[in-house]
Amino acid sequence: MKLWPPIAATVFALCVWQAIVTLTGVQKFILPSPALVAETWWLNRWIIAEHTLITLNEVLIGLVIGISLGVVTALTLASSKTVRTLLAPMLVFTQALPVFALAPILTLWLGYGLWSKAAMAVLITYFPVTSAFFDGLMRTPPGYLDLAKTMQASPRRVLWHIRVPSALPNLGAGVRLAAVYAPIGAVIGEWVGSSKGLGYLMLLANGRAKTDLMFAAMLTLGVLSVLLYVLVAKLTRGLGDRET
Amino acid sequence: MTLAPGITLKGQAHIDGRPLFAPLSLALDAGRWTCLLGGSGVGKTTVLRLMANLPTGAVFDGKITATDGASVAERIAYMAQDDLLLPWATVEKNIALGARLRGQKTDMARLHRLVDRCGLRDHLGKKPSELSGGQRQRVALARTLMEDKPIILLDEPFSALDEKTRAAMQDLAADLLTDRTVLVVTHDPGEAARLGHAIHVMTETGLTSVAPPAAAVPRAVDAQETITCRSDLLRLLMETSS
Repeated sequence: MKLWPPIAATVFALCVWQAIVTLTGVQKFILPSPALVAETWWLNRWIIAEHTLITLNEVLIGLVIGISLGVVTALTLASSKTVRTLLAPMLVFTQALPVFALAPILTLWLGYGLWSKAAMAVLITYFPVTSAFFDGLMRTPPGYLDLAKTMQASPRRVLWHIRVPSALPNLGAGVRLAAVYAPIGAVIGEWVGSSKGLGYLMLLANGRAKTDLMFAAMLTLGVLSVLLYVLVAKLTRGLGDRET
Repeated sequence: MTLAPGITLKGQAHIDGRPLFAPLSLALDAGRWTCLLGGSGVGKTTVLRLMANLPTGAVFDGKITATDGASVAERIAYMAQDDLLLPWATVEKNIALGARLRGQKTDMARLHRLVDRCGLRDHLGKKPSELSGGQRQRVALARTLMEDKPIILLDEPFSALDEKTRAAMQDLAADLLTDRTVLVVTHDPGEAARLGHAIHVMTETGLTSVAPPAAAVPRAVDAQETITCRSDLLRLLMETSS
């Protein structure tokens, strides 16, 4: 991908934003100008960095646990029809529940610190990973399964040597989605109750009408998410043709 | 490899109550090539899949027996029109797939012998996407032979190849599969005329056996009797498919 089109688009958006603020003379606690946001970001860079590290930590822990649970669930569902009939409807039902509603209770159960936020990230990443990987595992080209059957393969080995490798591109897609969702989960957790993290910083800045700081924290979260996505996309690109 | 048995399929099949093929009796002679020729949709692939004990979507009412009384499905190797090579695995690993799927050790000496005979020596470390259609089908043939089974079921194995490559593959397969009981399902009269020790044309009403040319398999593409047999088969196909 060429780098300059997104950069040009970003510069253009910033110019429009700056023009609106300059032309309308809107108060800075309503809409701060990009120049002010940049200045505030620079002045508060150490505070923002500290809170970013907290959030990043929650996100990474949530991602690792969420992806692992998703992979294990998909493998279990794919290898047993009984488990599938029992669990699949329940899994869909849990997704119909708004995760936001669970955030306060998670804080109650897991406390005010890291784990209630990581748990939110787990909840929000678990399903896309499970669903994408499970889908891939159930869509093995039937010819491969025919071939394996004539070779008297055991179901476990078919899973490992054929179904899993042919589902890895799907797993990659699920993991990339999870990378986008995980920061949202962590920030929801921080909004409900925390004393650290970018979500906390945004709430705090908002409450004190420091809209420029709120924007600075929010944009930092956005950049963090994009970087995380790019990193994960790079890591999962190899999944397509990996050997087992 | 144990001595190849003959196989008999007797019975009929239907899908949702509609007959797929009429009651028929198909005998594969031990150690010989039997070609089952027919148009699309007459159920010739179903016959092959029934012998391999693969899902068919049809209900089969009948019996498949081997002349030695032992089970058939456990002694077959299967090769389809689609080479079914795993795209993420190297040529070597694709050829050795059967052993890996059974958790057995690969017989490397045997693998290298087959690789040489199929002309794949220079391609062992490549992925299937780096090979031509003919090379891929040679890998599929090597994988089939690696299984070392007495019964070989070929479902339109060479129909995706160009004519020249197809003829070469037929020669190679006939050479490598000597003494095995082979069933070739095909819609190509030329293939049946070259390869069949016995040739059956399958239609909605049943099987019609056609006497193959006297020459040894694989028959020369340009021999007069091969050409005549091919034309006879084609005419029979055209007459029955109306």
